[in-house]
Order: sequence, then structure tokens, then C-alpha cells
Amino acid sequence: MSDKPSMDKDRRNWLIATSAVGGVGAAAALYPFVDSFEPSERAKAAGAAVEIDITGMQPDEMRTVEWRGKPVWVVRRTPAQVAELTNLDGQLADPNSLRDPSQFTPPYAQNQWRSIKPEYLVVVGICTHLGCSPSAKFEAGAQPSLPSTWPGGFLCPCHGSTFDMAGRVYKNKPAPDNLEVPPHMYLSDTKILIGDDKKA
Amino acid sequence: MAFHEKEVPADASAAQKVLAWVDSRLPVTAAFKRHMSEYYAPKNLNFFYIFGALAIVVLAMQILTGIFLTMNYKPDAAKAFDSVEYIMREVPWGWMIRYMHSTGASMFFVVVYMHMFRGLIYGSYRKPRELIWIFGCAIFLCLMGEAFFGYLLPWGQMSYWGAQVIVNLFSAIPFIGPDLSLWLRGDYVVGDATLNRFFAFHVIAIPLVLIGLVVAHILALHEVGSNNPDGVEIKDTLDAQGHPVDGIPFHPYYSVHDVMYLGGFLMIFALIVFFAPEMGGYFLEANNFIPANPLQTPPHIAPVWYFTPFYSMLRATTSNFLLPLWIFLAVILAMFAKTAKDIKIKGLCVAIALVLAGGFYVLDAKFWGVVIMGGSVVIMFFLPWLDHSPVKSIRYRPDFHKYIYGVFVVSFVILGYLGIQPPSPLFEKVSQICTIYYLGFFLGMPFWSKLGTFKPVPTRVTFKTH
Repeated sequence: MSDKPSMDKDRRNWLIATSAVGGVGAAAALYPFVDSFEPSERAKAAGAAVEIDITGMQPDEMRTVEWRGKPVWVVRRTPAQVAELTNLDGQLADPNSLRDPSQFTPPYAQNQWRSIKPEYLVVVGICTHLGCSPSAKFEAGAQPSLPSTWPGGFLCPCHGSTFDMAGRVYKNKPAPDNLEVPPHMYLSDTKILIGDDKKA
Repeated sequence: MAFHEKEVPADASAAQKVLAWVDSRLPVTAAFKRHMSEYYAPKNLNFFYIFGALAIVVLAMQILTGIFLTMNYKPDAAKAFDSVEYIMREVPWGWMIRYMHSTGASMFFVVVYMHMFRGLIYGSYRKPRELIWIFGCAIFLCLMGEAFFGYLLPWGQMSYWGAQVIVNLFSAIPFIGPDLSLWLRGDYVVGDATLNRFFAFHVIAIPLVLIGLVVAHILALHEVGSNNPDGVEIKDTLDAQGHPVDGIPFHPYYSVHDVMYLGGFLMIFALIVFFAPEMGGYFLEANNFIPANPLQTPPHIAPVWYFTPFYSMLRATTSNFLLPLWIFLAVILAMFAKTAKDIKIKGLCVAIALVLAGGFYVLDAKFWGVVIMGGSVVIMFFLPWLDHSPVKSIRYRPDFHKYIYGVFVVSFVILGYLGIQPPSPLFEKVSQICTIYYLGFFLGMPFWSKLGTFKPVPTRVTFKTH
């Protein structure tokens, strides 16, 4: 006989079994707390589509509308800006919007100007890097934080990503993707519905 | 064991009797002796050793002012900005309580950065103080979290866009990232849900963890004893009573010493609170006096100064930086592989280099920027095992080590400065060089810390009486 009290195997097994069951129970009890961090039903319901009126927009003008708490820009490009879009392919990271098109570019914007009508650009004004809202820098030429050959576009103030007049990101910038083109459709020549592109 | 009431002399005062009654039930006197009047600290501690005590005072002040701020603050996206203005303009002395809290946040980081620098140069993280250092790094992480969550609460433009950027950092993680950042925000954009949960983190969750870590940090310190500028173990030389010959009781010697420095610190603190609470936009940024606007990012956004070194490293990681970064990491790994005796470790180094090459090719620079930024904080946890120098203190290291440390401090400050500035091509290159230096300082430490001729370390501390 050893000096140590002998281990009761039966009790030890029960100890392990109850600990395991208790552990599973504790883990299951954690789930509601973790899940409570998800968007609430109210937040989910708030994502309805919005309309924007583009009556009387001048070339070089930008209008902003809030959709799902994010800014959506409608920009009327000048003919010169539209023409310039074809010359930039070599400087852009993803000129043909091939990366992850389901998230960033709907099929009807899969073209060089990334829009339904070449004149009007509709994009979510949130940088694909870390979510800042880029500033409009439509004027061409040298400016602070921009190259001297700047053809006009957008500059993100946070980390310096630059985008062309179609929201396409330049190479070697922190942002990996082009600006998101939201689902949208023309209700008439002067009204755009943002957030819904189903044919009514 | 039977209970023994502690005996007191018949002529004991009422206070002594009460203390004896309590001591029989709770070891108050024993704890005071262990941690204060009979805790022996090295007698040669210098100026750099005041920052631990100052950090405790600032923590207490943050908790006190924070409690009073919650009494008037409203964690509601529609009311938060106005409630802060209400505190500033209409609550009696509210402006002072808030300025103490906002100044306290910046001064907390001043004190903690000095405290960490002290540990770095005198080798306070070396055996047997590894756990103290690890608890300290965890405290630093908690502080960063606390500062970040707290910064959203005033609901100004900087609050809003700062939170937007940091929460979006998580979306860079492959596969789970976008869902993770949605889960953190609780909405599709930073909104009321985000504000409310950040408030909960800032006022209760993180402070509880922080206090627990501070207690662990101090208990671990008092278990092994304080280091000193010579890096000599004072417990190696004991007197007849078993106390370190070079040690003096913390109380009254260091308690009084620290209180004197605290007086000086509080003077500076008061000067800031009363005369420069915004500190030229470094402590409270101008853009944060504009209410949060989800549709417009301010033309120039930058984090508060204490985050900028790490933020610069995030910005430095662009896609054309990945190749130099990989070459640098491959060189470090090759050095590890060369010195390792075990063939498995050699293989592991090669495997890591290959995985990184694949990862750098497949995943976005955005993701690696987040990894570099997170890694630059996490790497500090491993410092006790990265430093292979035979001596602890910088006093007995070869002279070139001092230059390495000096350049490290300078590059950290440059990174901090660049993080405040708007992005530009020149600054990008400079911050990339500084990022490589920062990483090289830590990752290369197992190699450079062994090199050179070390000076002989004395057996007793060097100390001159005044």
C-alpha cells in the first residue's frame, strides 16, 4: 500500500464529466452576450433606399445624399473628364473593376466610366481603405498632397489614397479597391434611386 | 486552527486596540509593512523612477474625474456632443473636471512612455522581472483601448472619424474582417449603438481590467523587488537582519521622495489645465469642436499624439513597401536560421519566410499595415526574451548600444511627428525607414544585443551621498 490516499476512479470520472457539461453550458450562456453586439433589428430596418434629385446639376457639380448612414455622391462629369478616363489605365490599380465586383461594382457599372450614364457618377463616398470620406479634388494640376499631373478626382485626407473621376483607385495607395458603386437606378431623367436596382 | 485575538498592552490607546482587532481579522498592518514600510527599494533610484508612482496618481485622478463626468454626460448620438458642451459651459466647475480628464489622458501617456523608456534602458524587463513587464505591456494595451473608446464619447468630428478608421482596421482581416467590424460597431456605420457600447467599455469594462492588471503589476514587482539604474540585484547582498544592504524602506524614503516630485508634476498639470488645456490641438483637436458628421471627413484627420507612432507605421505600409519589408524579415529569419542548432527551427524559419512571401503576394497591403501596427505593440511583450545582452543596464553596455537606443527613440519620435502630418510621398519614405528601424530594433535584438565589449558590472550599486 502506498502512503497516498488512492484515487477513486469513479469519482474522478464524474468530476471530469460534470466539468465538461458545465463548461459547455457556460460557453452556451456566452452566446447571447456575444450576439447582442450584432446590429439591432432597428438598425437593420434603417437601410431603405433613398431618392436623389439631379435636376439642374452643372458639370463639375457634386451632390451628396445619405444612404445607410453613408454619403453617396452623384457627380456630373465634364466631357473632358469623361474623355480622360480612358487614358489612366496604366496608373490605376484596378482600371476595369475586376476585383470583387459583387461588392464594389454592379454589372451595369462594369465599364470604363463605372456608371449607367457616362456623364453621371454615383459612388459611395467612403474610402475602401479605412472608411474616411475622400475630398473632391476636381481641379486638375499640382496641389498639396497630389502629383503635378493630377487630372482631377478624389483624395482621401486620412491616408492619402487617390481616386480618379470614376472612383477608381490609383496604384500604390493604401486603399485596395475602387470606391463602391451602390445599387442604383434612374427613376426618370432627373431622379436616381439609391439602394435598389430592381426593375419595377 | 483556533482563532487568536491579537494581544495589546493594557495601556494601549483606543486606536491601537481597534487596529489590533482589525489585524486579527484582516492583515492590514502586515500588508502595510510588506508593501510600504518594509519593502526595500534600491537606494540609487534616479529621476526616471518617479513615473510608476505618478501613473498611479493619474489613474486615480482619471477614475475620480471620470465618475463626475458620467454624472452629466449622455451616451446618445443625438445628445452626446451637447452634453459635453453643457458640462463645459453650464455645470459648475464642469470645465475643470473635463479638462482634468482630457489633460489626464495625455499626461497618462507621457508618464507611461517615460516609465517604459526607463524599463527599456535599465533592463527592468530581464529575469526575474518578465511578468512585471508583461503586465505592464497589457496595461499599455488597456490604456490604448481606454483612450480610443473614450475619444469617441464627445462625438465630435475627430471622435467620429477616428473611431470609423480604427473599427475599419478590423475589416482588413481576411474572410471574417467585414463581419467582425460590423459586430464591433453594431451598425453599418459608427452610430448610436457604437457610442453606447464604447461608453460601457470606457467607464466600466476596461477600467476594471486595468485596475486588476495594475494590482498584478505591483504584486509581481514587490515579489521580486525593484531593479535600479545599475541593474544590480540588491537582494544578493544582505545585512545581518536579512535586508538588502543597498535597500531602503519604500516608506518613508521613497514615499516622501515621490510626493515631492508629485508636487512638481501637479504644478505642470495645473498649468496645462488652466492655461493650455487644448495644448495647441495636440491634447484636444480643433476638429473635435465640430459635431460628428457622417457625410464629411474633415480635410485633415490624425489621431491624438500618443497613437501617432503606431498610426504612422500603418500608413507606411503601402503595396510598394511590401517587398523591402519582406527582404528585411527574410534577413532576420535567415539570421535566426543560421544561429539555430535544431534543424526543426531552421525549417520553421524558412517556412515562415515562404508563408510571408505568399501572404504578401496574395493579401492586401491594407491587411499588412494592420498587422505591422498591431505587431509593433505586441512585439514589446517578447522583449524579455529578445534581449540577450549579458548585462541589464545601459550603463554597462558597449557605447554603440547607446546609439542604437538613441536612434530608436529618435525614429519613434519621428514616426509620432509624421503621424500628425498630412500624407506626402517624402514623409511616406521616411516613415517606412523608421518602421523598418523600429522592427529591426526588436527583431534584431537577439543578435545585436550580444555584440561588443561589455563593461564590468559592480556587485554593489553606485551611490553618492548628497
